[in-house]
Amino acid sequence: MRSEIRRVSLRPAEQGAAGARILAFGGYQPANEVTNDDLARTVDTSDEWIRARVGIASRRIAGPDESVPDMAVAAGGKAIAASGLSPADIDLVIVATCTHEVQIPNVSATVAHRLGITAPAAYDLNAACAGFCYALAGASDAVRAGSARHVLVIGAEKLSQWVDWTDRSTCIIFADGAGAAVVGPAAGPGQAGIGPVAWGSAGDLAGTIQIADRNSFITQEGQAVFRWATTKLHPVAQAACAKAGVDPQDLAAFVPHQANLRIMESLARQLGVPRERVADDIVHAGNTSSASIPLALSRMIERDELGSGEHALLLGFGAGLSYAAQVITMP
Amino acid sequence: MAMTEKEILEGLGEIIDEIAGVPADEVTPDKSFVDDLDIDSLSMVEIAVAAQDKFGVEIPDEELKNLKTVQDVVHFVQRSGVTA
Repeated sequence: MRSEIRRVSLRPAEQGAAGARILAFGGYQPANEVTNDDLARTVDTSDEWIRARVGIASRRIAGPDESVPDMAVAAGGKAIAASGLSPADIDLVIVATCTHEVQIPNVSATVAHRLGITAPAAYDLNAACAGFCYALAGASDAVRAGSARHVLVIGAEKLSQWVDWTDRSTCIIFADGAGAAVVGPAAGPGQAGIGPVAWGSAGDLAGTIQIADRNSFITQEGQAVFRWATTKLHPVAQAACAKAGVDPQDLAAFVPHQANLRIMESLARQLGVPRERVADDIVHAGNTSSASIPLALSRMIERDELGSGEHALLLGFGAGLSYAAQVITMP
Repeated sequence: MAMTEKEILEGLGEIIDEIAGVPADEVTPDKSFVDDLDIDSLSMVEIAVAAQDKFGVEIPDEELKNLKTVQDVVHFVQRSGVTA
């Protein structure tokens, strides 16, 4: 009898942390460096043309046997090692990617297994070049809600396998790599290291960046995307700063998705952030989609360009179109 | 009152000077953006956005490819029935 089924109140989730913070970053780039002069030998372009239009001098391209999960494992392993945690401490793995070789299985469960993380929750997320910031927001919320304690967030991309290497408008831009962060609970109240996210999407412009079907390459309407990025995104970045209570003048770094140096410099001008505080990893990394922001951050830490406790503004944006921004405190 | 051709040209000169670093006095009607002023497709977007703000007209991306010379932009702004 259904009337005998009791209707009990559901217990709420276990108490989460008061705030979340980033414990460490890790980055990985393939060994094979491809310069602008290398590209000029196969398509009609030049070092000068590429530097002027997109600001890239060289990029790294994965080998034929180097996959998205391989690069994710490399970056994720570095981030865990730098965090001081052991793989067993991680209970959620989120991999942001839009260029995985196959649809099933996902990247995250395989990567977790290869890193020795036992039975974590694991899912992939596709918000293209905004993916890392989306995943970071999800990780922060999970830690605060109590559904996870330590989260491994990875952006990993092999764009080279979706690029038409005879199309000079795209093959000069896109590249391969991975970046990762370990997210955990903040030390105490008021110690949160990941600010509230400002995010959204513009599906009316979905066709401006796309891979139309599984036999197609990535295409981009350069002028439309440039116009969108240079006119619609600085309010998103400003909103992230306002939500976090940080004035753009007080940012130690502005780390936008490394899409195009001219977009990044335009955004910095509109935000009032001096050029020397803008991450420009694109020069030697190219556009690595969801990997670009954690890759840039891990390199800035390696070079001592960012100190612990300083604030950085992250702004991911790209296909979807999707965008997300948040202020973080450097580990 | 509609802006005169001279006023639009002056305004456009200021925009191009600021965005592309081309001195305003070089921005004359017969000049081609690409061939004479060395302005690329992305700078054209920035010029269009700035011109929209300055002249109160809409310059969509699909129109940009038709605007090859300074005169083309001046005429486009005039045709769009700008009032200032």
